[in-house]
Amino acid sequence: MADRHRLTIRSIDPDPRAASVLDGIKQLGLDPVGQIVVADIVFVDGDLENDAQHRLHAVLVDPLLQSGSWATPTTCAVEVTPLPGVTDAGAHAVEHAAHVLGIGIRAAATGVRVEFPDEPSPEAISTVVERLVANDVIERWSHGTVDPFAHLPPNGPTHEADIIPLRSLSDDQLADLNTERGLSLDPEELTAIRSHFDSLGRDPTDVELETLAQTWSEHCAHKTFRARINIVAGPADELGTQRPPLLGQLRQSTESLAAPFVVSSFVGNAGVVEFEPGTTLAVKAETHNHPSAVEPFGGANTGVGGVIRDVLGIAHRPIAVTDILCFGPPELPLDALPTGTLHPRRIRAGVIDGIADYGNKIGLPTVAGAVLYEERYTANPLVFAGCIGSAPTRPLHDGPYPGDRVVVLGGATGRDGIRGATFSSATMDATTGDVAGASVQIGDPITEKLLIDALVGAEDLYSAITDCGAGGLSSAIGEMAEGVGADVELDAVPRKYPGLAPWEVWLSEAQERMVVAVPPDDLDELRARCEHVGVTVADVGEFTGDNILIVRSGGTVVAEIDTEFLHDGRPQREMDAALPEPDRSRATRRVVDDPVDALRRLLQHPNIASKASTIHRYDHEIGGSTVVRPLIGTAADAPADGVVLAPIDTTAGVAIGIGVNPWYGLHDPESMALAVVDEAIRNVVAVGADPDKVALLDNFSWGDPRRASTLGELVAAVDGCCTAAHMYRAPFVSGKDSLNNEYMGSDGERHSVPPTLVITAVAHLPDADHCVTPDLVAAGNVLMMLGSTEPEFAGSHLDLVLGEPAEPGVAPAPDPDAPAMYRKLHAAMRAGLVESCHDLSEGGAAVALAEMCIGGRLGANVDRLPGEDFATALFAESIGRLIVEIEPRRVAAFLRVMDDDATRIGVVTDRLDLRLPGVTPIPVSDLVDWFHHGPDDHAPAGGPS
Amino acid sequence: MSRPTALVLAGPGTNRDRDVAAALELAGANVSIALTRDVLDDPALLDRAQLAVVAGGFSHADALGAGRMMALDLAAVGDEMRGFVDAGKPLIGICNGFQVLTRTRLLPGALGHNAQGDFDCRWVVLDPVGSSRCVWTAGLTHPVHCPIAHGEGRYVHPDPAALADAGQVALRYRSTNPNGSVADIAGVCDRSGVVLGLMPHPENHIVARQHPHHRRGGGGHEHLGLRIFENGVRHAKAR
Repeated sequence: MADRHRLTIRSIDPDPRAASVLDGIKQLGLDPVGQIVVADIVFVDGDLENDAQHRLHAVLVDPLLQSGSWATPTTCAVEVTPLPGVTDAGAHAVEHAAHVLGIGIRAAATGVRVEFPDEPSPEAISTVVERLVANDVIERWSHGTVDPFAHLPPNGPTHEADIIPLRSLSDDQLADLNTERGLSLDPEELTAIRSHFDSLGRDPTDVELETLAQTWSEHCAHKTFRARINIVAGPADELGTQRPPLLGQLRQSTESLAAPFVVSSFVGNAGVVEFEPGTTLAVKAETHNHPSAVEPFGGANTGVGGVIRDVLGIAHRPIAVTDILCFGPPELPLDALPTGTLHPRRIRAGVIDGIADYGNKIGLPTVAGAVLYEERYTANPLVFAGCIGSAPTRPLHDGPYPGDRVVVLGGATGRDGIRGATFSSATMDATTGDVAGASVQIGDPITEKLLIDALVGAEDLYSAITDCGAGGLSSAIGEMAEGVGADVELDAVPRKYPGLAPWEVWLSEAQERMVVAVPPDDLDELRARCEHVGVTVADVGEFTGDNILIVRSGGTVVAEIDTEFLHDGRPQREMDAALPEPDRSRATRRVVDDPVDALRRLLQHPNIASKASTIHRYDHEIGGSTVVRPLIGTAADAPADGVVLAPIDTTAGVAIGIGVNPWYGLHDPESMALAVVDEAIRNVVAVGADPDKVALLDNFSWGDPRRASTLGELVAAVDGCCTAAHMYRAPFVSGKDSLNNEYMGSDGERHSVPPTLVITAVAHLPDADHCVTPDLVAAGNVLMMLGSTEPEFAGSHLDLVLGEPAEPGVAPAPDPDAPAMYRKLHAAMRAGLVESCHDLSEGGAAVALAEMCIGGRLGANVDRLPGEDFATALFAESIGRLIVEIEPRRVAAFLRVMDDDATRIGVVTDRLDLRLPGVTPIPVSDLVDWFHHGPDDHAPAGGPS
Repeated sequence: MSRPTALVLAGPGTNRDRDVAAALELAGANVSIALTRDVLDDPALLDRAQLAVVAGGFSHADALGAGRMMALDLAAVGDEMRGFVDAGKPLIGICNGFQVLTRTRLLPGALGHNAQGDFDCRWVVLDPVGSSRCVWTAGLTHPVHCPIAHGEGRYVHPDPAALADAGQVALRYRSTNPNGSVADIAGVCDRSGVVLGLMPHPENHIVARQHPHHRRGGGGHEHLGLRIFENGVRHAKAR
């Protein structure tokens, strides 16, 4: 068509995306396709005169870097373009350019063209595209050329809500409706809804039913964490008893600790703590597992965006992001991949790109994290994204008040992520990628950046704030309206495109939106402020005061729900748990014939080996507050324990530590919880944080809790968390559970993730000028070990590399002496007695010492290691242990502060080898080499380019 | 003379504006941050400033090429920008700002995607080029240590030798060239020497504690990125 134009833009120098696809072909063992050329395409729908083409060309093509052509290419190629409604920043750029240049166009789009000059078979091309280039969840592609304007979203009804004849449905028909609409409600919940509308004498609209399904979803309502739990199997004294809800247990533990620094816990969007008078920190960690499984880039991308909005949604300026990622093994053969799932390499590449894209563009440092590999994560990768925010201390917002306006800020609404909350709460199967369709979106970090610019400093202009996450406006406005009521008009909500049904607007999970309650007198000022930075403001209604949530479309009421029924009408779940009964009495030992080889394999294990290729993808410097980075040491290539942020003008900072170990969880979920809380706290103590000012976040990613054994493991882990919180006097302030991380294979078998508990410790660091890191500092210094070493190997990385014996023995047990020891260590650090410090975790003492040598590029002569046998001393993973480096002249003082609770194990040397008792000396250069040549090389990117 | 007035220009998606504002404050300037649209509405903002920065970030998401849309926006005040430079007032473009200034033709060359393909964040060492006419790096005798954080930082120029001969190469990467820039060029200036563009972020090394080797006694005041801003402020004052 004459009014459709396309500009193909090629890089003059080789485009690295081509190399990335070729690399992916090699790694996955796909049929070779010869050379590959990648180009960008700009599509314009509009009447472009030659002069207009010329001027657009001048803006979009830099002659030093690129060449561009308006001719339609005919070489052997495929073209990929985002589905209509999927974020296309390039299209916005073209529209902006046309506007500035005064060129009238109707629409713009972008695409990627992948050319195959050697003309391989169409089948070979299709395989490469499906495996490595395009994702049907968000993109369309075709051989030859693609027309991005061909598939605009269908026009549906715009004002009508459907009436669902719920009252006349039998229980079986209710179950069918549940499946058809993807409501993911329990049978008791469906009947409660039916009874409610029976009592009202009318049937619900689709808007009402969908609102209830979202609000009552596992994702939003945490039904399992709020359920009554019957113990149906387990220790005799617990059998037949009932447990209070898990969430209540965690809250109770925080309340009973009564830590003075906790400002707000387990309410609102994030936990809030005040370590130093005058400044509060908001902390939150979220999961984004299901979306990342079907669209890794978009899933992780929007996961980061969501957790940043959580912090913004409690009136704090976001200052840093964390991420913990769990993937299947990168070397998994293609034929071992469950049907309908993406290969771990592609998931990893997409997830890491997605996090980097959002964090880097929004301008937040991504500072702390972990990457874990395990076969059980193949079909269910896990993505935990966290955010920390900071604000001057002020009272928390306590609105909305009747009369306040309901104001939606930020991005426009489309059919994005419809039913995301219910999607997240369901088991996945081979068709998930197809039906999920609209469930995953690509983020728009710039729009969210502008929201931060608009809202930070505007705290006096609103009485309540929340973010639009799962469930969209239905959740955000529904939650704000609790106890006050609201009346909103959907026509006032800005749309990306026409044709959305009312329930779609109401439930859409379009990203980058916030809802604020604004006193009418403040609306003009807020509007001016938002419009100045470029944030769209929509006044969609009013908080009323009558406790009723009314939703209108074109004036017609499409939902009228009592907020009390919406929030308290859900029948409490009652669930059965079979508690695990791990045998903790029989420790078993290990025989390691070749300790050098074992250490080599440990350092090369993807869980332990360098994550540098990932970490360098994230900006960890922006903001200027990063004091201890995730990579430390002379060559900035050794792993840090905790990371530290401190603004340039303050002495104190905040330390962040992570604890996670699903392998312990497979053996003993309660011990795992204690171990990972200990690890997170030990990480922050090791860098110099105050063990008496630590707040914790919990993130549980589990399998289907309706299986009694799975719920039993969750109950045991929550028990461990509560015990640990008391042991360390470290309160939980926020948390998030993601259940049903299961995949129904085409073989009919369920694949569940291992019990995965991520603990984030956020701690006060009194003196950011004197942080301690694990890199050895000077030859001649003394190395000392703190804590006690036992033959605890169940779930150890030694077993992962050498194979687990028939009797794995015990997982690491809690150390009741650890909290007191950490306080003494902190006192020693404050006194300047500690040169370097490293925690012992995966791989035990041998790996910890190796990492300290790598960090300082120095050797160590270790002449004795605690432990009742050789393998225990080197590789056991007992918790509560650290190695410290002390100057010889300060050893006596250090021992005094520690009450002699430290064991001298050796000295730092400049011989550049690691000498362990009974082991051939290992050159530090070998350690460096092994550590850097694990399999964690960066895989090519899938998804959007 | 009192503190000179510095203007930090930020487009939609610029995100190191606060970092560079902090650096300039510490270097002795009075700083205000202005959005592109503020300058378009009131070009006199540039006249009133004695020093200006185009800050780093991802203006307009860097869609379809880093810095292009912000450069297009600034074309509307092209005469005022030119006038600012012709008046000898110091202007610096950092990272995205460097990309913007090459597109506005205030600086030579272009910035392409990193040779290794990905966004990269790491600390680098920059050697000031003694023969450069750049006012921002004049007199610097020690290397500057600071981080890079970019995906499109590969400096491209058809004749880097001529550029060096003209005194326009201001900074080179020492030992590690992180992005494949021609002739290890990290920063270039215009013919007059008052406009500097560089990919690395000296604004993220303005106090000693920010240096990764601070605990090991590394870094040190002579390697601060702050020195570049102090030079700019000094030049603004001296005019």
